[in-house]
Amino acid sequence: MEVEAYRRLFPLPYYERHLAESVRPTPASRPIPDTTVAVAPSPPPTGPPSSKVGDTTMLAAIKLEVMTPGAESPDQGSLGIEFHMPPICSPLVRPGRPAEVAPVISKQISDVVMSSGVIDLKELSLINGKAAWMAYLDIYCLNADGSLFDAALLSAIAAFSNLQIPLVSVNEDGRVIAVSGKLQEESKLELVNKEKRKLSLRSTPFSLTCMLHKNYIFADPTAEEESIMDTVVTVVIDSLGRLVSVYKAGGSVLVYNSALQECIILAKKRAEELQKILADALSPQMDLDSD
Amino acid sequence: MEVDRLDGRNPNQLRPLACSRNVLHRAHGSARWSQGDTIVLAAVYGPKAGTRKGENPEKCEMILKRTLQSICLLSIHPNTTTSVIVQVVGDDGALLPCAINASCAALVDAGIPLKHLAVAISCALAENGSVILDPTLVEEQKMLAIAHLAFPNPPLSVIPKSSASDEVQPIEHGIITSVTHGAMSVRDYFNCLERGRAASAKVSEFLRRSFQLQVSEDSSKAI
Repeated sequence: MEVEAYRRLFPLPYYERHLAESVRPTPASRPIPDTTVAVAPSPPPTGPPSSKVGDTTMLAAIKLEVMTPGAESPDQGSLGIEFHMPPICSPLVRPGRPAEVAPVISKQISDVVMSSGVIDLKELSLINGKAAWMAYLDIYCLNADGSLFDAALLSAIAAFSNLQIPLVSVNEDGRVIAVSGKLQEESKLELVNKEKRKLSLRSTPFSLTCMLHKNYIFADPTAEEESIMDTVVTVVIDSLGRLVSVYKAGGSVLVYNSALQECIILAKKRAEELQKILADALSPQMDLDSD
Repeated sequence: MEVDRLDGRNPNQLRPLACSRNVLHRAHGSARWSQGDTIVLAAVYGPKAGTRKGENPEKCEMILKRTLQSICLLSIHPNTTTSVIVQVVGDDGALLPCAINASCAALVDAGIPLKHLAVAISCALAENGSVILDPTLVEEQKMLAIAHLAFPNPPLSVIPKSSASDEVQPIEHGIITSVTHGAMSVRDYFNCLERGRAASAKVSEFLRRSFQLQVSEDSSKAI
């Protein structure tokens, strides 16, 4: 039988034969696929960076709006995170019918961002009790080839790192207006947020999804692997070495302590790599700022 | 080490558990599970013919669905759908574990073939590093991190274990589901696992006992 036919007809035995020889049967066999982060220098308030992990591609953008903060937290801005899976990202997503996993990933991302304390919502405040930023983070999946959460989180972090908050001022009517370059010199209006132009991320979370099958663990599964085997463990580790999330929802394989330790070690290694990749992507951006 | 808990429990103490099955007449199986003031009602319908898709689950529902899928022997009734409907009666913390336990009891009540039972528990990590079990809603908000864990309940069978060599670890040491909120150190997480696992044995015991009690009641009624 042709290898390709065997692969199509009996995907699981095909994978198991490969795994027995310690080979990962992905088309371009690689231990961890190439990851790139591209940050577009764009006019504020949007900063749309994209991240690419293997073939999974994400595009993230932040939109800022001024809002009145709620009574219970007058000194905080707020954050809305949405993950979109348009039909172009995968043959499994049909037009008109939203993808099943999209709201789940949205929730996962916002849980991680909120619970890890990456962003200090107080930094999004403009005038205590009167005005604050409402940040909408939209992540678009352009190509879904497995490990969606990892790529989505990476693009979200890149977007936050790259976010430039526009200068704003209060005009005579008491409304908050954005002050652009030219206006800045002419107007005598007092600028509200001269210092708070960038978010200071306290720690950056990075995640790694591992797939478990029998005794094998493999990192960063592709969509094909995810469709054949069903147990995934997603470990999120931040730059301070804290465990932000260990997520495993069911699946046919039970995870034991030893396997979990292994996944955490892999995630730590991955976090270090991603930190470098992210720093490299952001560094030219820093130069632009200083101009 | 000691954390003063509002309701006077010690850190390892669970809230009073209660489980009653067959509470709904129209459903094929139903159960009511309560842990203190967190009360969940679960109903099981099916297996019905045909596969149903196109429902958009929230995160919690997805976790519940995938957890239940992993314990059900779905291949016994191919091309059928079993629906589990969960109604939250009261939420006072540890909602997800409570829902998993209730659904599991309802599946048993409906006679759905299962690989093993699942028992879920929530562990919370206080700022001083101590772990408390089964936190209430007020406690959940105060805690640094929370882990919701589901463990398998080992089957008690007389069938000899198949090829014991490759499976060295007992099944109850595995984790079916793990969901965490908040940042913690790796050591704290494993501490939570250890404590959760120890407590899950107690919940397992309770679950089995309540099943056995009700089975003997049912059979006495039938006679």
